[in-house]
Amino acid sequence: MTSQKTLKDVKMHYCPGCGHRMINKLIAHVIDEMGLREKTIMSSPVGCSVLVYDYLDLDVIECAHGRVPSVLSAIKRCLPDRFVLGYQGDGDLAAIGTNETIHTANRGENITIIFINNAVYGMTGGQMAPTSLPGQVSTTTPKGRGANFEGNPIKMCELLATLDGPTYIERLAMNSAGSLKNIKEALKKAFQCQQDGKGYSFIEILSPCPTGWKNDIKESLNFVDKMQEFLPVGVFKDERKNR
Amino acid sequence: MKKELMKGSHALVHASIEAGCTFFAGYPITPQNEIPELMSKLMPKSNGTFIQAESEVSSINMIFGAASTGARSMTSSSSPGVSLMQEGISYIAAAELPCVIVNMVRAGPGLGNLRASQADLFQSVKGGGHGDYRLIVLAPSTNQEIYDLTMAAFDYADHHKNPVLILGDGIISQMIEPVELKKYKPILPLPSKDDWALTGCKDRQRHLVKTTRLDPPDLLVKHNLHLKKKYKKISDELTLFKEFETEDAEIIIVAYGITARVAQETVHLARKEGMKVGSIQLITLWPFPNKILKKYRGRDFLVVEMSNGQLIEDVKLALGCKGRILHFGYGGGWYPDTDQILTKLRNMKK
Ligand SMILES: Cc1ncc(C[n+]2csc(CCOP(=O)(O)OP(=O)(O)O)c2C)c(N)n1
Repeated sequence: MTSQKTLKDVKMHYCPGCGHRMINKLIAHVIDEMGLREKTIMSSPVGCSVLVYDYLDLDVIECAHGRVPSVLSAIKRCLPDRFVLGYQGDGDLAAIGTNETIHTANRGENITIIFINNAVYGMTGGQMAPTSLPGQVSTTTPKGRGANFEGNPIKMCELLATLDGPTYIERLAMNSAGSLKNIKEALKKAFQCQQDGKGYSFIEILSPCPTGWKNDIKESLNFVDKMQEFLPVGVFKDERKNR
Repeated sequence: MKKELMKGSHALVHASIEAGCTFFAGYPITPQNEIPELMSKLMPKSNGTFIQAESEVSSINMIFGAASTGARSMTSSSSPGVSLMQEGISYIAAAELPCVIVNMVRAGPGLGNLRASQADLFQSVKGGGHGDYRLIVLAPSTNQEIYDLTMAAFDYADHHKNPVLILGDGIISQMIEPVELKKYKPILPLPSKDDWALTGCKDRQRHLVKTTRLDPPDLLVKHNLHLKKKYKKISDELTLFKEFETEDAEIIIVAYGITARVAQETVHLARKEGMKVGSIQLITLWPFPNKILKKYRGRDFLVVEMSNGQLIEDVKLALGCKGRILHFGYGGGWYPDTDQILTKLRNMKK
């Protein structure tokens, strides 16, 4: 039996079908199972999950948009024996905070970043994200992404895997009950990587956003499948044995 | 005590480490590269952390993180870099985290040039970042003042739970002078950080460092009133300045930083010519030393600065419309010299 201390008994504000809700819960469960709660310092990013501290009973720092990696790098350097956990959306991590993301990974900071990729700016009402799919219609790509020099989705796992700094990089998709088990396992691996002092771990989760995508829950799961055509799931880097 | 010859930048680094600063992050920019360079050497020796960040946006956010753990932390830069830090500074002020930020000002706007300037005063004392907040702003004029004020800056920051900005310039940063390397001793009571620092919620309620205050709508109104009260308290408690020959002065020169030293020399020369001139060196630029200026209201004032007109605004606010308040500014890099100021004084006497 694991005691569930991290997850607070409150109603979450997330929309129906939103991936943040399940991922918040999974994080709480893994933190409890691994006994990390009392040594955890977590970030909340600017985005739909900014209020993550309303759901998780942890020491949390709310960062400016995109600056999570810098803030956490410093916290980990000041408190090397604490568990330092980053949580970021795609606009946060792969647009306004790309610079911080790349350099923190390149320094091989011993922290863990969870990247919630919902291919859209959820919080601000469904604008194009750096990870939006080719042809994806959003409130700022009325003719679909690509019709107006918007480029293609940025593949963060692939990009970060070119660096020597990171230790563990994996992308997963949240599209079924079964996928939750895989995500939980990946979180455990990443958290353990940090606990063992092995360095930077990065978990990307392709996560449904029915509201932002203007579809229903079932269609949103199909959309997550479609995301995988551009952003395939898998382990992109695993240097745990060598560090 | 023994004095050592050193650059202003180096005095700043030695004082920081002596005062227990354990975290420094910065990005290279002239004229303050000596600060991160010496930090990179000395920080590891005192078990502290030095990080060369990928940008000033990142350095200030590292300071946000380090300060949130309760560590004494510092970043330094020069004008264009400090412009990039404004977002982070607003967050740090909102979260009421103590830290020290250094700006060795160079001439702007834009990339400008590398010469000394005082044209970042508005940015320093009127905001710069978004929202209603204040920085404590300290302006040293000698290397000894750099050393002493840097140690004090960490105490002011901790005592008031507020970021402190040390406002220097390219000359202050580069000039070599003797410095007495004093032992650190807190000049103020330092409140415990145990009730807010992020350390993991072991045997206590969790701590939150956050700046959103969404609900209810008056939550932010209340927080900002709390900040207003804090700023009022700081204004009541903290103003630093020095006076030179003001007692019988008919004209008082007001200046800060390196310009205040030129002003003092000018006072000396003007007195030789029989002109009754004095000067006031402002050390805190926020809180602004209004009281000392008001004491001499009605006399003639000459505001001297390395900018085409920023300090003059605060001096006019302090003095109201009584007496003559003239300006001698030098914009675009470099300082007004004694000859130029003397000419201005002679014209004022006519
Ligand atoms: C500097 C700055 N620019 C813009 C914003 C507005 N903003 C708030 S949330 C957000 C998008 C977040 O999107 P994402 O990171 O994808 O997270 P999601 O909301 O989809 O979970 C933006 C642009 C901001 N808060 N700060």
